[in-house]
Amino acid sequence: MDSALLLQLTLNGLIVGALYGVVAMSFVLIYKASQVVNFAQGEFLLVGAWVCWWLLTDWQLPFWLGFLVTLAFMTAFGMILQVVVLRPLIGEPVISVIMATIGLGIFFQALMKWIFGVFAKPFPPIFHAEQVSVLGLQVQSVYLLSLGISLLIMLGFAWFFTLSKHGLAMRATAFDQQVAQSLGISVPRVFAMSWAISAMVSALAGVVVGVVNGVSSALSFYGIKVFPAVILGGLDSVVGAVLGGLIVGLLENWAQYLDANWLNWGNMYGVAPFYALILILLIKPYGLFGTKNIERV
Amino acid sequence: MSATEGASDGWRAEGPGSLNRPRQTLENASDDRRSDSPEGLHRPHAGVGPPLLEVKNIEVVYNDVILVLRGLSLAVPQGKIVALLGANGAGKSTTLKAISGLLKTEEGEVTRGEITFDGERIDGIDPHLIVRRGIFQVMEGRRIIADMTCLENLRLGAFIRRDAEVRRDIEMVYEYFPRLKERTGLAGYLSGGEQQMLAIGRALMARPKLILMDEPSMGLSPLLVKEVFGIIRRLNEELGITILLVEQNARMALSVASHAYVMEQGKVVLDGSAAALAENEDVKEFYLGGHGTERKSFRNLKSYKRRKRWL
Repeated sequence: MDSALLLQLTLNGLIVGALYGVVAMSFVLIYKASQVVNFAQGEFLLVGAWVCWWLLTDWQLPFWLGFLVTLAFMTAFGMILQVVVLRPLIGEPVISVIMATIGLGIFFQALMKWIFGVFAKPFPPIFHAEQVSVLGLQVQSVYLLSLGISLLIMLGFAWFFTLSKHGLAMRATAFDQQVAQSLGISVPRVFAMSWAISAMVSALAGVVVGVVNGVSSALSFYGIKVFPAVILGGLDSVVGAVLGGLIVGLLENWAQYLDANWLNWGNMYGVAPFYALILILLIKPYGLFGTKNIERV
Repeated sequence: MSATEGASDGWRAEGPGSLNRPRQTLENASDDRRSDSPEGLHRPHAGVGPPLLEVKNIEVVYNDVILVLRGLSLAVPQGKIVALLGANGAGKSTTLKAISGLLKTEEGEVTRGEITFDGERIDGIDPHLIVRRGIFQVMEGRRIIADMTCLENLRLGAFIRRDAEVRRDIEMVYEYFPRLKERTGLAGYLSGGEQQMLAIGRALMARPKLILMDEPSMGLSPLLVKEVFGIIRRLNEELGITILLVEQNARMALSVASHAYVMEQGKVVLDGSAAALAENEDVKEFYLGGHGTERKSFRNLKSYKRRKRWL
């Protein structure tokens, strides 16, 4: 029985971890391209999920259409946010930029509460079968959807950064902005693009989480949860972000298993990743995959 | 600062175009030609149409106060290699950055004069747009993207292009630099020579009309310098790419260039055909290192005076 529970929790951990990985990736995308630590990442999930919920309930759009409209809206949202709020801050001290993103986070959280209220609201049902059985384990079908979407996004990122022209341009900008310009790349455009993609991908994750747990301001907590994942993987590594996300997801669930069976301290689920965060910062402050500068000898 | 201000005031008073000290032009530069050219600008190969790139009397200021270029003029004719020589700090790299627009990324600004490329003014335009017009700068120190592979670096060079021939051009670059094809790892692990080849190859991928090369010989062994310069000459001859070359290795630069300019303290002090410059006593002494005769010392007053005249 216990081993079945462990297996179930491991599966949950992977599914949630993949989502964390996706959010972490979009966080790293912004950090890498434009050197901004975005404390409003969680609010991207929140805004995305609320917009999708609104389209589905008030406008009665079918799920797929509402989903696509949400993604389009969030792409524009991220781009406008960068152009209006962050572009004027280029060249300002890091702390000013961080304060600006924290401010954005608070602003959007309050705005969403003002518009949609403070209570969690469930998405209209999307699947006919609530649960499906995979290898003898009961899995919510929406979890499967979430895992599928996460994998798709990761493959999409891999394609984008290694094969697409604009992905390469983004990496070049992250490496050296002057060189990027000398290659004909418009750096402001790359910044705007990174925010657009980041907001869009985060919103995707936000909708998935919203479908599972209902939409409420608790969604923005994902933005905080992402920090252990990102720091574990190294702030500027996309692959690290994915692995960091998976590890955090697993850690949460294993901690819960440990807690439920032996420790009985309570709430290990929420706290364990942050213990891990402190440990990592002590041992490997650049994370598992953080930048190592190439030096020829 | 006061000295440079004085200098700029000097030529301001004389009106645009005239330098406060006449610049020497070797070769067939007779006085009448200089006088019929309105800006006092010597045009190499005059009569074959306007040059591809023309820099007229530009003044460059960094951080709003530091005057680096003081009325610099030069012309690069279509299809030629032109060399820009000079000591450290003369403003050679600044000149290239003024042309490519990269000056903007370093708080620099062209405050006076104009730069025309293909008949259109390009000073003040953003660097990424200048690349699209066909000027590509191979920056000093290679500046390849170290955490990308060779192939990715090359594909990035073609960023501004939309056509489907990128793949074919990569093969062409591999023909010029066969050893790049064997390197599949990260570009950061390439040797200095290979990185320089990659930087040049990356420039070719943009199919530029004009390549600005900043010290391609930097940090390379004499043998590699020879190889790189051989390739530069081939690119010019086979692909017809016009090249403006900044070099410390004056002998190498003069051997591939058709025309050369010598810079001192932010302006051109001497120019002429590469052959004429290579024979010039001053150039021989200060840039080519004596050339056979006994090496002169700067303690030698006469030689010092002659150098002073340039400065």
